[in-house]
Amino acid sequence: MSDDKTLGERLRESGLSRRGFMKFCAATASMMALPPSMIPAIAAALEKARRPSVIWLSFQECTGYTESLTRSHSPTIESLIFDHISLDYHHTLQAAAGDGAEAARKAAMKENWGKYLLVVDGAIPQKDGRVYSAIAGMTNLEMLKEVAEGAAAVVAVGTCAAYGGLPKASPNPTGATYVSDLITDKPVLNVPSCPPIPVVISGTLAHYLTFGTLPELDHLGRPKAFYGQSIHDRCYRRPFYERGQFAETFDDEGARKGWCLYKLGCKGPVTYNACATTKWNEGTSFPIQSGHGCIGCSEPDFWDKGGFYEALSKGTFSSAEGIALAAGAGAAIGVAAAMGAKSRQTEADAKHKEDPA
Amino acid sequence: MTLLDFARGPALAWSLYILFFGSLLRLVGVLLARKHVDLSQPRNADTLGDSVRTVFTRFWFKPEFRASTLFITLIGYAMHIGLAVVVLLFVPHILFISKLSGLSWGGLPNDTIMLAGAITLAALVAMWVRRLQNPLMQAISNWEDHLALFITGLPVLTGMMAYGHLFQDYPTLLAIHILSVELLFVWFPFGKLFHAVMWIPTRFKLGAHFSRRGVKA
Repeated sequence: MSDDKTLGERLRESGLSRRGFMKFCAATASMMALPPSMIPAIAAALEKARRPSVIWLSFQECTGYTESLTRSHSPTIESLIFDHISLDYHHTLQAAAGDGAEAARKAAMKENWGKYLLVVDGAIPQKDGRVYSAIAGMTNLEMLKEVAEGAAAVVAVGTCAAYGGLPKASPNPTGATYVSDLITDKPVLNVPSCPPIPVVISGTLAHYLTFGTLPELDHLGRPKAFYGQSIHDRCYRRPFYERGQFAETFDDEGARKGWCLYKLGCKGPVTYNACATTKWNEGTSFPIQSGHGCIGCSEPDFWDKGGFYEALSKGTFSSAEGIALAAGAGAAIGVAAAMGAKSRQTEADAKHKEDPA
Repeated sequence: MTLLDFARGPALAWSLYILFFGSLLRLVGVLLARKHVDLSQPRNADTLGDSVRTVFTRFWFKPEFRASTLFITLIGYAMHIGLAVVVLLFVPHILFISKLSGLSWGGLPNDTIMLAGAITLAALVAMWVRRLQNPLMQAISNWEDHLALFITGLPVLTGMMAYGHLFQDYPTLLAIHILSVELLFVWFPFGKLFHAVMWIPTRFKLGAHFSRRGVKA
């Protein structure tokens, strides 16, 4: 639950130095494309911020985001920030279970009505009476609507919550859909990826704590500061793309030399995310740096956009049968037309010979 | 479905179906059409050699036509070579052709492709201006000549815009580029752009016709 200590007080209690705190504020400002003049404002706002209540709902998902957040940054500024929100309901992290957990959720909602943040992780099934996922006797939709009603804002974390993700992938057997499809009367912020980068959610949270509003979003509801540029545009392998140097297989000379993975299906050119800049595991690496092309996991319906190992320019159509059929039909009609024309000309010639006049 | 999904999926499939259907229809229809019966006495009965020669002699103009044809010949070469470089030597294009044909070859660096694209566009504009200004070209041009230039230039322009992320985000520009290529695919078999396929049989036929009449051309 929320208490009276400010974020600054709690960070100092955790042993964070002033220098470390200012470094985090500068990094946050930089990441979110804010001018340096905003750093003191961020620091002042974070210093005074009371830890907000956060209710975290997990629906059709794999807990990948929680895994990512808890395992990759420990202990870092991001995790400290997360320690200092009041995470009042989270299936994986909370100690309470059963009725106790639900009571904690209801109490947090009542105490912070209109002020708490709702974080949603996972898609929401809609088919067959929404029976495919339920918590404490409530369908996912019922719980989402109930909690969203008193939320200040909703953060859809992960591609499943943001765009439906894997549960929504064709043929979508559970009729899965995404948060912004269902919640239209509250500000909804999408933090997609499979899973998202921890610093993206902590940066977004810092923005909310600092300014009391959600950051500027792109047309897909993502914070522009983190999703404003494509992986390809910020990729360290981009010079190889420009020079026409590509890995042909995952173990050839080009792959060993770190050449571009476009031919191996990298979807970096059409994927917007911060992977190439913030990276993972405390800035250690990201999928392309580890030798695998981007699969486009922060984009809607990425699972249904063709093979992960098919180059972007190859399209998603299956060509052979349809083209063969079309070519065959064209040739057949061409033969028929030519034969018909010949026949008519022959008839005309015969008539001409019979009656030249 | 996003615009890019549409362009990469169903639109691409249907444009290819129309391309292959139309191309085979026209090619087979023309090649199997009954030959013109010429009842005149031939001056040269064996026309094969001249027919083959004409396929190649038309790559360059006769010296006496230099003044009137040098500019358009050079511009034509610039446009065709530039277009061939862009279409056949840009790696993403090679991958697409490879999916259709199973064939693969090496590409060129992107800077070179951009240069070739710029030359192609400049040449197309020059050809269009000439078509608009030259009285003879005005007299023999119809709407389709202008359309053919537009449909040829549009994929080059949109491709370069996509590469440079001009005015829009890359996925949108890429979708527009692919759609412009699909427009080319759909129009190609039915308009004058089909000369890209018919130029050899057409020159061959012309060579045979002239040879039979004793014309050295």
